[in-house]
Amino acid sequence: MKQNPVFRVVAKILFAPIIMFGLYVQFHGDYSPGGGFQAGVIIAAAFILHAIVFGLESGRQIVSARVNLWMMVFGVLLYGGVGVVSMAKGGLFLDYTALTGSVATGQHIGILLVELGVGLTVTSVMLAVFHAFAGFVEDRAK
Amino acid sequence: MISLIVDVFLLALLVLIAVMVVRTCKLYAVIVMSGAYSLTSAAIFVNLDAVDVAFTEAAVGAGISTILFLAVMAYVPADEKPSLNRNVLAGFICIGAGALLLLAVADLPSFGDPMSQVHQHVAPRYLLESGSALHIPNVVTTVLASYRGFDTLGETIVVFTAGLGVLMLLAGATRTHRMAKKTGKKTALGVSKRLSKILPKTMGKKA
Repeated sequence: MKQNPVFRVVAKILFAPIIMFGLYVQFHGDYSPGGGFQAGVIIAAAFILHAIVFGLESGRQIVSARVNLWMMVFGVLLYGGVGVVSMAKGGLFLDYTALTGSVATGQHIGILLVELGVGLTVTSVMLAVFHAFAGFVEDRAK
Repeated sequence: MISLIVDVFLLALLVLIAVMVVRTCKLYAVIVMSGAYSLTSAAIFVNLDAVDVAFTEAAVGAGISTILFLAVMAYVPADEKPSLNRNVLAGFICIGAGALLLLAVADLPSFGDPMSQVHQHVAPRYLLESGSALHIPNVVTTVLASYRGFDTLGETIVVFTAGLGVLMLLAGATRTHRMAKKTGKKTALGVSKRLSKILPKTMGKKA
């Protein structure tokens, strides 16, 4: 699809705003609808659009398979890590108030980090699944 | 009143799309229509004031799933084989199960009833307290990430495990496929061609 100028131009124009919107959904989840799951899917959609128009290889140059795998693992570890840290600070597992000692900041920081973990995992899993399916076909066609 | 009309219209649209999905044999059309189905359900959720759910349904159901299905379509034939035999027993079981479900609907609390069981347990506490006790304005986020943080951790691990599973099956498969091409060995013996293409890694070990 790289030859078609319409696809190329539209993909280039839309790429950054989609990621921007994803980040807004990610970090504004405390105040408006949204959160890690939705933001992860939206950001992954931007990268998938790029990969569809400019080819899988060029998509892999932005996020390599190895980095993608590490992001997957890091998201889950970040989520679990927040729970472990809150335990180490004397609270229960995933008791965000124990993170800073005050309810307002503790809950905010805890929820922000946990949602970030969810977002990272969902983005990278969606990308990995897309590349696994689409790359499987491309390899066979060679 | 307007909300009721919109609801009835959207539900009718859902039924129409479902019937069209069942009737057609073209798989591309089925994928696009299942995306439309998700988008219509998202509109219903917006009408029910469940904006968070609508958002997720639109992004996951109508967006990513459609793209993933299309990616899968690249190695699946474009048409479904039309089935000629009509199984009467299966039809009876379907109608019977549907009738039982309709009977069970009569025992459900009426829609939006504030006195029903689910709205009496912890929901009032979440709705009344979360804003003042946790200082987070969006109740959905507090329930998801704070009150039910453990469940969400489980969900994240489910997503992670699903991704790992796909990677182990497909990404590993391409590697074995490429290596087999290089060395000129056959990856699978005694397995049907299609299955060996999907599962060369696990089958290759046995062979």
